[in-house]
Amino acid sequence: MTLHCIPFSPPQQHDNPFDLAQCLAPNLKLACALPEFATPEWLLDIYEQMLIVRQLDEKATILQRTGQLGTYPSSHGHEGISVTLGKTILSEDIFVPYYRDQGVLLQRDMRPRDILQYWGGDERANLHGNHRDMPVCIPIATQCTHAAGIAYALQYQNSEQVVVCSLGDGATSKGDFAEALNFSSVKNLPIVYVISNNQWAISVPLEAQTAAKTLAHKAYAAGCHAFRVDGGDVIALAHTFQLALDTCRTHQGPILIEAVTYRLCDHTTADDASRYMPEAEREAAMKIESIKRLEDYLHQENILNANKIKSLHSKAKQHIEDEAAAAAQLNEAEAVEIFDSLYADLPNELKNQRTHCIHKAQSCKKN
Amino acid sequence: MQEELTLLQAINAALFDALTADQSVVIFGEDVGGNGGVFRATEHLQTHFGAHRVFDTPLAEALIAGLALGMSTHGLRPVAEFQFMGFIYAAFEQIISHIARMRNRTRGRLSCPLVLRAPYCAGIHAPEHHSESTEALFAHIPGLRVVIPSSPEQAYGLLRAAIAHPDPVLFLEPKRIYHSIKQAVDRQAEWPDLSLSHRVCIGTDLTLIAWGAMLAEARQATIWAQSNNISIELIDLVSIKPLDIDTILSSVQKTGRCLIVHEAARTCGVGAEISARVQEQAWDTLLAPIMRLTGYDTVMPYSKLEHLYLPNHHDMIGYIQKLMEYPE
Ligand SMILES: Cc1ncc(C[n+]2csc(CCOP(=O)(O)OP(=O)(O)O)c2C)c(N)n1
Ligand SMILES: [Mg+2]
Repeated sequence: MTLHCIPFSPPQQHDNPFDLAQCLAPNLKLACALPEFATPEWLLDIYEQMLIVRQLDEKATILQRTGQLGTYPSSHGHEGISVTLGKTILSEDIFVPYYRDQGVLLQRDMRPRDILQYWGGDERANLHGNHRDMPVCIPIATQCTHAAGIAYALQYQNSEQVVVCSLGDGATSKGDFAEALNFSSVKNLPIVYVISNNQWAISVPLEAQTAAKTLAHKAYAAGCHAFRVDGGDVIALAHTFQLALDTCRTHQGPILIEAVTYRLCDHTTADDASRYMPEAEREAAMKIESIKRLEDYLHQENILNANKIKSLHSKAKQHIEDEAAAAAQLNEAEAVEIFDSLYADLPNELKNQRTHCIHKAQSCKKN
Repeated sequence: MQEELTLLQAINAALFDALTADQSVVIFGEDVGGNGGVFRATEHLQTHFGAHRVFDTPLAEALIAGLALGMSTHGLRPVAEFQFMGFIYAAFEQIISHIARMRNRTRGRLSCPLVLRAPYCAGIHAPEHHSESTEALFAHIPGLRVVIPSSPEQAYGLLRAAIAHPDPVLFLEPKRIYHSIKQAVDRQAEWPDLSLSHRVCIGTDLTLIAWGAMLAEARQATIWAQSNNISIELIDLVSIKPLDIDTILSSVQKTGRCLIVHEAARTCGVGAEISARVQEQAWDTLLAPIMRLTGYDTVMPYSKLEHLYLPNHHDMIGYIQKLMEYPE
């Protein structure tokens, strides 16, 4: 007998389970029967919440452009993913965000004013929102291992809670993601990883990021279940998230979800996507993004008419205007903030520096 | 309950007692489970406390640190082992960017009561990357605590205190003296304050500051000095971060001479920081320049040459003589 070396081929895109889950297709036809939860009220609620996210992003961008806010990452193209995810995670679950998750945070006791406070450069914003959740994580993919640690703690405590960890497509290239997914599977942790695949990591397109057929394939090596879902289809998204959360809650986790979408904005206000993003590609994606798709569908189904659409837009806009006004009214952070949460008790050697800082703040105020 | 323990056994005892005392304590790392750690610091713990409380992680250092963070913000008290300090660098981002900052970032909403243990320092003829002392890298990071024990008794109390502490603590274990000293350890004794240095002996002529395995060398130099009528005040730094600068200053103000010894490389070492602070705050009491005796600013050599790299008590005696003769 000869020695055989059989090459292992990863499953192709059309293989289960990596087909794209879809219900409300881009052509506004239903690819499957409408699930029970997708009542007109539910759809309208999702629609309104997405409008709020869109308005927040637009307002934040204006504030940044006029020098009233720091760098801000819009989530244009992510609204469907984040709002449905936010609606599906239970309040007692734990959300571990990255920086483009305002749509989720708004469903978890975070107010638009808190989000503006955060991007305005004020750490006190991290006191708001669901007190179980982790704060926004800036170093890419590093939150994945925190999420795994939290999931371990939940499992250890025999909790029914689930951890949801959010990340971008670029984040899947980092070791932290692979290490966390691997460990989560080894320990069968109650954790859902949600990749918002917007095709870009700043200027780097997905094909430069990975040769994997899909990002869901990355679950394979870890021995983890995975779903792929159309990120513009709020019905498929909500269904997929619910399925994943239920699976984890019944100790059959972890799950990796790839939500496929397109970044319809600059990476952040510090970026200029026209330098690298093909206009035609963006325009094509604009036609099928979640807000427009749902709006057109609701219109088509006579759940919404042009007038109602207009009034919902103005309502969302007004809400954000009020929130931005509230954000502008916040009292200033005190100098001692820099020191007082660094350690449980401030070490002696830092007390002089703290006093120095207080004096400096006083003289800054005078000048 | 007094027992004669080595430093390694004292660590094992502290872990055992911490697991017994607090259900939220969990221990993990590479080979810490059934194998009990490559140095056996966690020996028998898994058998005693179960694989949910003492477990092997996959071989992934960033994961180990990140897990510790997530556990600590959500109700557990993780004690994570890095097999050697030379392999902790993959976890550097997690330690610097998250563990050290989470309390501050969330204004106290979330905190990281966790301990990261790592054997460090040279002297056991190990392969490359197993002998470095890079405590200064961590001493630079706001939000962290870094402590180093130098005796079994101290190791026990310090580790118990670190595990109970609300801040993240990097607990560096001088592996060169894991087995070399046996000492009576009172497991009921009060734990030391993590932020305090320890005055090992009182003296009037010269303040000698050392930590970890260097303390044993410093003790020998102190004995030599005694027999030569030089009165050394020996300080075991213990807390690398924060620095117990008050203890150091009060000593130098008395002796007027200061020698700092560490086996880590000299440039930007912890000795530089101590020296700068003594100079800033006690310059008018100095009778001689502050001196540092340290490892060279070279790559740590493999074991054949490590004796040349490491400061020893003969070197210390030379520096002590030099300082005592000053300004001649
Ligand atoms: C560890 C790390 N490296 C680099 C950066 C700078 N950076 C910020 S966002 C980003 C791209 C991330 O892309 P992706 O994960 O796809 O998320 P997206 O921004 O597209 O939502 C980079 C490189 C960072 N924040 N963290
Ligand atoms: Mg992306």
